[in-house]
Order: sequence, then C-alpha cells, then structure tokens
Amino acid sequence: MKVLLNGESIQLAEEIVTVADLLTHYEIQEKVVVVEINGEILTRVEHQSTRLADKDRIEIVHFVGGG
Amino acid sequence: MLKIGSLSFQSRLLLGTGKYPSYEIQKAAVEISEAEILTFAVRRMNIFEPSQPNFLEQLDTTKYTLLPNTAGAKTAAEAVRIAKLAKASGLCDMIKVEVIGCDKTLLPDPVETLKATEELVKEGFIVLPYTSDDVVLARKLQEAGCHAVMPGASPIGSGQGIINPVNLRFIIEQATVPVIVDAGIGSPADAAFAMELGADGVLLNTAVSAAKDPVKMAKAMSLAIEAGLLGFEAGRMEKKRYATASSPKEGMSIG
Repeated sequence: MKVLLNGESIQLAEEIVTVADLLTHYEIQEKVVVVEINGEILTRVEHQSTRLADKDRIEIVHFVGGG
Repeated sequence: MLKIGSLSFQSRLLLGTGKYPSYEIQKAAVEISEAEILTFAVRRMNIFEPSQPNFLEQLDTTKYTLLPNTAGAKTAAEAVRIAKLAKASGLCDMIKVEVIGCDKTLLPDPVETLKATEELVKEGFIVLPYTSDDVVLARKLQEAGCHAVMPGASPIGSGQGIINPVNLRFIIEQATVPVIVDAGIGSPADAAFAMELGADGVLLNTAVSAAKDPVKMAKAMSLAIEAGLLGFEAGRMEKKRYATASSPKEGMSIG
C-alpha cells in the first residue's frame, strides 16, 4: 500500500500491517515517538492494534530540543 | 517551593533544551543548573535516519518534568494538536502554550493563546501559556484556568533582558497563579532582576546555550535566581535621592 509518511509518499512492504510493524521497520519501536494517522493521535498501546490502510496520512513525531 | 498545578519543585529555573553546542555540554549544563523542568519542542521525526541522537534519550526522564511547547503553532487549533501529540507520549501532562503571531518579533498571538489555554485547561492539561507582558491578558489567562502565566521579558532569543519591569510587576501583583518570566533573559543579572520583581520562576534557553561557557552560565543562572528570590523575600531598601552615611557622625577622631 501507499501512504503519506511525514509528508513523503512511501510504498510500504506487504509485511507491514500495523503501526507497530511500521515502527519496527524503521527501527524506532524503542524510541519515544507519537503516531498520528489521518488526524487521529494514537496512544502507545494502540500501536499494536491499529492497522494501516492505503492512502493513510501518517505523522510520526518526537521531542527535540526547544525553549 | 514552586507549585504549578499539582506539582511542586525546589528549583525555580526552567531550562530550555535547544541550540546547545553538543549533547555533552548540554547534559552538564542541565545537571549543574539543578533545573527540574526542561522544555522541549515537538517535531516530525526523521525516520529515514533513525540513528540520529536525541537529547531526550540521554536523559533520565524520571528525574525531570518535561514541559513540551507548542512552538510552530500559529493558531489555537494547531497548539491544541501539538499539546495532544506531546501528551500521547505518556511522559508529560504539562504544556507550554506558545502561539506565535509575528514571525519577525516572535511575539505571541494573544487571542489564539487565550483560546488554546481555555481548550487545554478543559482537556485536563497543566497549562503554562507564554504571553506578552500584558496584565489584562495575564488576568484573562488566569480566569481561563491556566496553572502559571509566563510573560516574556523581551523577544525570544534576543537576550535584551527585562525591558518593561513595570508591566511585569503589574502582572506579578495581580497574579493568582505562579508567574514565570519566559523569554528574553540574557544574563544572570536579568534572571535575578526577574526574581527581585517577585516572579516565581524564570524560563530561559539561549542565555545558557549561546553563552561562551554554557555550563558555567547554567550555574550562574541558578545562583542568580536563588539570590534574586532571597533579595525579594528580604525586601530591598527604599531608594533615596541623596546620600546617607553608613558610618556614625559622632566620635570622629579628626578635628
């Protein structure tokens, strides 16, 4: 499926089914990240149960230095 | 003791985490500052380069209270979204509302700041709005239920210090929540001055991160805030136009 990931159009491999799979694919499953799909913010526990769909708009954010 | 909402802190220095020369220097500066509240921004992750270091990962998050900001927001709706993203990390309930209304001065948009504050209070956040030094706006933010007001001393990152102490004092005198002077602090003297005016705390970033020696400056800020607080509590002397001798006039051995 094709998704918009942090503003970039990405073709996802077939084995990526859930948000948790996506985070593992990019090796960020251990990091402090927050995922938003089509404007809906997910809690950490929802990563495993949330399935991705074609044309999803996915935002993955984290904390960076700031004042 | 600085009390914000249900939380209490020994330190009255809130430290920003942006623009340090290196993570090593930043870590040392944070430690020596004794700050307990650290601010962060929320940004898209560069997922295509996951090995990039991140300061938060090097931090014992159980030792600090994270204060994410809504920097980048230009509307209340954007600020509320960023706040919710931050909270979904599970690491924090506090949010620094920062809604910028002018790109050149980085001064806050008062209308959107108030709207975002109202919404986030309803959502159960501990809300600390960054605001201009406007006493009426500060009062309205309090009425909206914010947990601290954070008036700027001067424009963000400018290091101009406190350019309107009269307005800050007005805000402090009518405050029903802690007043944290946020933005524009340049030197330890500025931080001490803020505390001498009666502020409950000081939030700064660039004054430390852009110092030639950020670690030493972090220590200096910590001491200045303590000194300013003690000075405020002690109550300064009245200013007089003319001199008054400190030594007695009687018993002089001359003449």
